[in-house]
Amino acid sequence: MKEQLEKIEQLAKQELSSCDDIKALENLKIKFLGKKGELTAILKQMGKLTAEERPVIGQLANKVREDIENAVSERVSALKTELAAKKMKEETLDVTLPGKTPEIGRLHPLTVVMNEVKEIFLGMGFEVVDGPEVETDHYCFEALNMPKHHPARDTQDTFYINENVLLRTQTSSVQIRTMENRKPPIRIISPGRVYRSDAIDATHSPIFHQIEGLVIDKGVTLADLYGTLELLMKKLYGNDAKIRLRPHHFPYTEPSAEVDLACFNCGGKGCSMCKGEGYVELLGSGMVHPKVLEGCGIDPEVYSGFAFGIGLERITMGRFNINDMRMLYENDVRFLNQF
Amino acid sequence: MDLSMRWLSDYVDIGDMSIKEFCSGMTMSGSKVEKYETEGSEISKVVVGKLLSVVPHENSDHLVVCSVDVGAGEPIQIVTGANNVKAGDIVPVAMDGSTLPGGVKIKKGKLRGVESNGMLCSLGELGLTTHDFPYAIADGIFLLEEEDGKSFTLGQDIKEAIGLNDTAVEFEITSNRPDCMSVIGLAREAAATFDLPLKLKQPEFKGIGGNIKGLLNVNISNKELCSRYCAGVVKNVKIGPSPRWLRERLRASGVRPINNFVDITNYVMLEYGHPMHAFDIRYIKGNTIDIRNAAEGEKITTLDGVERTLSSNMLVIADAEKPVAVAGVMGGEYSGIMDDTVDVVFESACFDGASVRTTAKALGMRTDASARFEKGLDPRMCMPALKRAFELVELLGCGEVVSTTIDCDSGAKTQKSAPFDPKWINNFLGTDISEEDMIKYLEKLDFIVKDGVAYAPAYRIDIECKADIAEEIARLYGYNNIPKTIIRGVAQASVSPEQKFRTKLMNAAAALGANEIVTYSFISPKNFDKIRLPEDSRLRNTVTITNPLGEDTSVMRTSLLPSMCQILSGNYNNRNLSASLFELANEYLPKGGELPEEPARLCFGQYGEGCDFYSLKGIIEKLFEMLGIEGVDYEPCKDDSVFGEFYAFHPGRCAVATKDGKPLGIFGELHPETLENYEIGVKVYAAKLNVPEMMEESVEFKKYKPLPKFPASTRDLAVVCDDEIPVAHLEKAIKSAVGNILESVKLFDVYKGKQIADGKKSVAYSLTLRSHDGTLTDEQADSAVKKALKELAKLGAELRA
Repeated sequence: MKEQLEKIEQLAKQELSSCDDIKALENLKIKFLGKKGELTAILKQMGKLTAEERPVIGQLANKVREDIENAVSERVSALKTELAAKKMKEETLDVTLPGKTPEIGRLHPLTVVMNEVKEIFLGMGFEVVDGPEVETDHYCFEALNMPKHHPARDTQDTFYINENVLLRTQTSSVQIRTMENRKPPIRIISPGRVYRSDAIDATHSPIFHQIEGLVIDKGVTLADLYGTLELLMKKLYGNDAKIRLRPHHFPYTEPSAEVDLACFNCGGKGCSMCKGEGYVELLGSGMVHPKVLEGCGIDPEVYSGFAFGIGLERITMGRFNINDMRMLYENDVRFLNQF
Repeated sequence: MDLSMRWLSDYVDIGDMSIKEFCSGMTMSGSKVEKYETEGSEISKVVVGKLLSVVPHENSDHLVVCSVDVGAGEPIQIVTGANNVKAGDIVPVAMDGSTLPGGVKIKKGKLRGVESNGMLCSLGELGLTTHDFPYAIADGIFLLEEEDGKSFTLGQDIKEAIGLNDTAVEFEITSNRPDCMSVIGLAREAAATFDLPLKLKQPEFKGIGGNIKGLLNVNISNKELCSRYCAGVVKNVKIGPSPRWLRERLRASGVRPINNFVDITNYVMLEYGHPMHAFDIRYIKGNTIDIRNAAEGEKITTLDGVERTLSSNMLVIADAEKPVAVAGVMGGEYSGIMDDTVDVVFESACFDGASVRTTAKALGMRTDASARFEKGLDPRMCMPALKRAFELVELLGCGEVVSTTIDCDSGAKTQKSAPFDPKWINNFLGTDISEEDMIKYLEKLDFIVKDGVAYAPAYRIDIECKADIAEEIARLYGYNNIPKTIIRGVAQASVSPEQKFRTKLMNAAAALGANEIVTYSFISPKNFDKIRLPEDSRLRNTVTITNPLGEDTSVMRTSLLPSMCQILSGNYNNRNLSASLFELANEYLPKGGELPEEPARLCFGQYGEGCDFYSLKGIIEKLFEMLGIEGVDYEPCKDDSVFGEFYAFHPGRCAVATKDGKPLGIFGELHPETLENYEIGVKVYAAKLNVPEMMEESVEFKKYKPLPKFPASTRDLAVVCDDEIPVAHLEKAIKSAVGNILESVKLFDVYKGKQIADGKKSVAYSLTLRSHDGTLTDEQADSAVKKALKELAKLGAELRA
């Protein structure tokens, strides 16, 4: 009987090793260990054994059962691993094939940069204010210290609807509307479309976008203007951004300043990229003219303030390296898809 | 304003300061330098040479061979085709390896077998004209003549030899500083900027005696527009070219030399910033000058030969009979200086800026003179300018100056001033400049500080208030020395609900796969025909620009649709296979008031693969869902009563979306004619949505709905009904019949054809039913379907057999 058991174990192991199907393995297990299996058949003869033999054979039979069971489960797990590896090998993809991209829409580059600039100003506590694009002469010029026939009107070639109504040449008109309607402190930006009668070319468009800022409070200084604009430029262009203030003239500010940004290539020394200038003109600014404050019912003896105007197109073109303004208004999808 | 650096050195000696340093310093003190250019910078290795011999070329009948002494031992041989040269002539010689304007390079070579080691130059080849050297000819070699007592050295660099080595600095002069549109004005700024002495001198002339009375009478009829008129007479003039030094300065200033008298008026204008005019006295009828308004319709032919019709608000200089000049703008044709002119009247006057500006604009002629007058000039400069002109006449020896002059002066004599308050200035600038330094800066700029008041020099017409004084101090202190501080105080950053909603719309539209476009707000009115608007469409009532760039940009758009069509057309014609675009912008609608309404609109447009009516509708439905707008009704659009754009669409494929009767938008397939008009060869789907209405209906913060606790039952339902019945009506019927337990109703099939009678369609829905109170029983679900069928029956829809 001992030999029989050993034989069964040997036979089982032999058959196991040549079996490479999980289902067949299950059958093998049943064949040897099942209720009607060979081991059971042998154990059924246990009754014939002597009392001394019985525990010895019993122990042996249990060991054989255990061994076969172990051998089966080892074989099963080996086979499973093998099959899984085979399946995955078959499923291998060419990962270099292109992906399936979902169709997404994008915001226009002007909007992208506009949002960026708005964020920066919101972070500095500015409020965003809108106003009409078709505007009266009063809000666009008169209230900004540019009476009719003022020569500075020449620098803002204007589209007229009638003698008194025009397309705003600057969003400063919104600043006047704001100052007329509320008391300082005022801290606003007015973004939007503005219009000047410039023929269309690579750097001019009869429509463009401005973001004008206005701060009015007690004790606002030119130094505040300088600091605020430098902060803006650092946020827009990184901490290396350097600006310079240069005296200029605008009828609505006094003192007035043009703000130049140091060339990123040479840092202001002058190189071929900035045509030797070292700086590029960026925006106009200044301390709000006392006459403008007075006209809006704000006492210039008590309050002071600064204002500035940024051209969105210029910043956007610099941001994305766009060299022709017309691209912004042509809206070719091959262009739009790049942002 | 182009400044000749040589001219400037008459007034300020900048020593060995580099031109770059000069420009940068001037820019930073407020006189912005646009660029600078050194004359003849493109010319190199061109020298003065003398022709030793000129002999015919052996192989050519039009070339000659010259032996040229260029001051370097052996003469060199040069072949030329010019026929105005002879032995002994002094000429400009471009040597081997030289460069000329326009990037021309000269190399030695052989001309018909004869060696030529350079080129003899004409005026044109040196970038000059006969205006610069009146004694030379245009076609031929420039034969040099000694002028101003300057002799030539052989081998000398030609630029130095002919004075073609001045540097011209171009300044951008702002409108508040007309005084800087002059050599003296910029010299003053340079002296203040670099802390250098200014060398000014009062002009003087000797005169030949005599009295102007009897020669000329002046009367100012309109003293308001002409505050001062000075005049003097020069007799027995000798008209001819100006000397070289004077021509050089004009050239460097960008003014063409003409003859000595014209040149003198231009010279004084450039130097003093005060325009002058010279008349031939023969053409002053009655020897009388009257400064008066033109008669309405009065005519004058100006110096440029154009006849101009004047109006009564224009100021003219008139003789006893007619206008001889448009005041401050341009002289009349016959009043100017001619070769046979004998006696000349010089005018130096001051006219009202606004009047000159309006006149120049109306007549379409902006001149150097009008550009100066219109910014406002100082009447006190009239007499010095006149005297300077006479000084030059005498210096040039080109006429006899009558000793007395006429001066009609009603100009204001009060000095401009503003309070000088150092504490206020420092508080305003955010600086800590000492009072002493402030006074020093102001004095450098010719201000006088006395008793808390800063008095401006007469030429500074722009000083009015404390802030002006602060600016003067700041610019000499240096803007870049001003500290940088951060604004203090409390501020409430905010965006308006409208701005917030617009941002939401843009992000939603982009998320729905549309690219944002930005287009012009003005369009051509032809677009209204292109989108098939009837003649009486209200969209044709536009805000119209009176001075547009062209018809294409002449009216403010009353609809975004044409702009969208144009951009889609551009994309289609650029062979882009598909496009899905949106624009969020304003329409401009005249509404009776002074200003139009500018409501915001959202416009979609798409073409290409996968685009059809329902793909666009899907975008709109999803958009409404994202905005929290529920219960939108879609109906076929029948006319243009709500949306004027109706006619742009295919009449059978156009819908309006409304919420409780409020129109939210129109959308559909564009009419084939619209497409044809925009040259688009594929179907286009477009929508226009009203932003304020959407905003009103939108839910800013959506409320959370609990997730269902109990399972849903689904029932499919197919009914047959008349083809004309919109499925939306069926859906409505189902919704109203089933009530709350209807979680959703989805249409999954519409079928026409076999097994369905003509004029009928089969519509299949999948109903999802769910209760929040418990699991629905089959009976409950079936009863709901029965209710739905009963309601559908009212529309003539029967359960499909």
